[in-house]
Amino acid sequence: MAQIDLDLAHSYRPNPQSDSDYALLPLKMSFRDGGAYALLGPSGCGKTTMLNVISGLVQPSQGSVRFDGKDVTTLTPQQRNIAQVFQFPVIYDTMTVAENLAFPLRNRGVSSAHIAKRVGQIAEMLEISQQLNQRAAGLSADAKQKISLGRGLVREDVSAVLFDEPLTVIDPHLKWQLRRKLKQIHHELKLTLIYVTHDQVEALTFAEEIVVMTRGRAVQTGSAAELFERPQHTFVGNFIGSPGMNFLPAQCTDNRIRIGTHTFDIPAQAQSAQLQSFGDFVIGVRPEYVELASVNQADAMPAQIVRVQDVGTHWVITASLETGGVNGSTIVRARLSAETAMLSAGDTAWLRIINSHTRFYKNEEMVA
Amino acid sequence: MRLNLQKIEKQVGAEQFLYPMSIELQPNTVNVLLGATLAGKTTLMRLMAGLEPPTAGSIFVDHQDVTGLSVRNRDVAMVYQQFINYPSMTVFDNIASPLRLRHEKNIDAQVKALAAKLHIDPFLKRLPAELSGGQQQRVALARALAKRAPLILLDEPLVNLDYKLREELRDELTQIFANGESTVVYATTEPSEALLLGGYTAVLEAGRLLQYGATPEVFHQPASLSVARAFSDPPINLITARVSAEGYQIIFGHDLSLDLTAALEPDAPVTIGMRANALRVQSRKGDLSLSGLVELAEISGSDTFLHVKTELGNVVAQLTGVHYFDIASTITLYMSAEHAYLFDHSGMLTVAPRGTAISFKAGA
Repeated sequence: MAQIDLDLAHSYRPNPQSDSDYALLPLKMSFRDGGAYALLGPSGCGKTTMLNVISGLVQPSQGSVRFDGKDVTTLTPQQRNIAQVFQFPVIYDTMTVAENLAFPLRNRGVSSAHIAKRVGQIAEMLEISQQLNQRAAGLSADAKQKISLGRGLVREDVSAVLFDEPLTVIDPHLKWQLRRKLKQIHHELKLTLIYVTHDQVEALTFAEEIVVMTRGRAVQTGSAAELFERPQHTFVGNFIGSPGMNFLPAQCTDNRIRIGTHTFDIPAQAQSAQLQSFGDFVIGVRPEYVELASVNQADAMPAQIVRVQDVGTHWVITASLETGGVNGSTIVRARLSAETAMLSAGDTAWLRIINSHTRFYKNEEMVA
Repeated sequence: MRLNLQKIEKQVGAEQFLYPMSIELQPNTVNVLLGATLAGKTTLMRLMAGLEPPTAGSIFVDHQDVTGLSVRNRDVAMVYQQFINYPSMTVFDNIASPLRLRHEKNIDAQVKALAAKLHIDPFLKRLPAELSGGQQQRVALARALAKRAPLILLDEPLVNLDYKLREELRDELTQIFANGESTVVYATTEPSEALLLGGYTAVLEAGRLLQYGATPEVFHQPASLSVARAFSDPPINLITARVSAEGYQIIFGHDLSLDLTAALEPDAPVTIGMRANALRVQSRKGDLSLSGLVELAEISGSDTFLHVKTELGNVVAQLTGVHYFDIASTITLYMSAEHAYLFDHSGMLTVAPRGTAISFKAGA
């Protein structure tokens, strides 16, 4: 087990000039010993490159990778002592389930008694004890993937276990059970786990800390609650949550926040942010935190409802707010409880945008 | 365009792909075909397109019988899961191709307008292979729209895209389809996608049409347990119960009961359905409570899906926002009788939270 420190950049091209030449822009990042991490982002964001840099499959073009302070930049995955689980099952069909699980240990000369004990423990955790003596060949795709997971987790002495979208082949109805297993296993084995996925449910459920990536850059590392409540970057605000965060242009004058022709008190979280000094900035508010207010309510503003969707478990309204400036208006979405008495398209709704959950952004970075 | 399928069925060899069904699509709006893999969505679309004839039954387009007419003689546009474009043509030429076939004027302006609508206008000179998956599918969609066909068939068009891209494109498509110029058929396996698309929904299961109606109506009043199951994600919570001896109560678990406004057949076995969003962790007056152990809290960002093992079986609660729960900790869930569904022993809907003759009384 190891603490992993990255201080590097990577380009697949020989002489990178602009930012877009980098698969990973210069970054510094630490993965705590025993932590559960997810690398999350759209395709092409650099998450798989980062995983391969950690494992040693890719050597970064600049900088270093350290395991417990020791420079491992030029070492192979074997030398780094990394276990990996891939999208598709990697197992030996001719071996039994038990032999498959034992393989990584046997390869390293672990004693038979210890192998038997560890294989039994892992099999029990993954609920495959009944199948230990079966040939792997006849098993279903998800049973095979469970064995792959087991093989990744069976060694106690690994520096880290890396997962590359390991639940892709799993039937949707079984996914949550495996997510649960992985979480329990992390709790019991205390291994450093790093998990790559483009699926936000998978990342937010599994990991203690999620690294959100876009265009070769890690824009925020934090818990699910932090990403939801305090997105540090507008990309995170939009990427996490469905629909994503609303963004509105605003200014601050005379100690009041101005959106279009309406002005509001500065909320507590932005009191010390010097909003006035930013000139134009952006307000971010999640659809879950846009509140329906009464007509002419002082801390609310009117919006023209464009669309009302009954999405079964709640309502989503899409409304147009007069925000002034070049575009004149901005579209805002609100997610309202299924029990709300609903308005219809064309109606005017008074919305409370600024409250304790509102965030403030300048040049895409959160300032309050 | 009016598309009416009368008593159609489809056999391939000894296998029944579609059992006899009749469906008259709502014209000039979105009609969703919702069902798991192998439910028959693609087969049904192929019949609608004229790619295959039905084994029995008739298909009418605007009251004209087109049953034997091949796809070439029908005015249909299709988009598939895979991104299908002409690989050697530029994006511009791909979108222009249906317009050129019809010898239209203003091709340049039309292509540019469509490309702008789908946000691919910067790429008109590129080849499809030089685009990302999402952009390639936008090209395929733009070409389908350029056809201005009265019938547009979309077979899980967004399934191969990242979820955020899906969200964006779905939203754009709903707005484009709202113009009411075409009858759109959209196949999906995802209940949430059907709800976001709105319009009308046909629920399919193993080759059978279970229910067809306005999308929110089918969701809120599923005709049967099968529809309720197919049209819920996370799955609707189902609890085995029975009608009391005098018929005015539903009894379940240890000493739990719900009061009815009218009597049902005494002692009959029934099933209570509770959607995940009807379960809460805060109590309200008159609630039923249900304790259990936390199995897992799945976090999507906007929602937390809390899996709990209870004496009534495993249940899922949908909570807004991000919430943490330790695995194996004790939790009490609350629900109100008003949000319960009831299905009789044959699985047919008896009580729904919105609009059935019999309902549950709110708790005391």
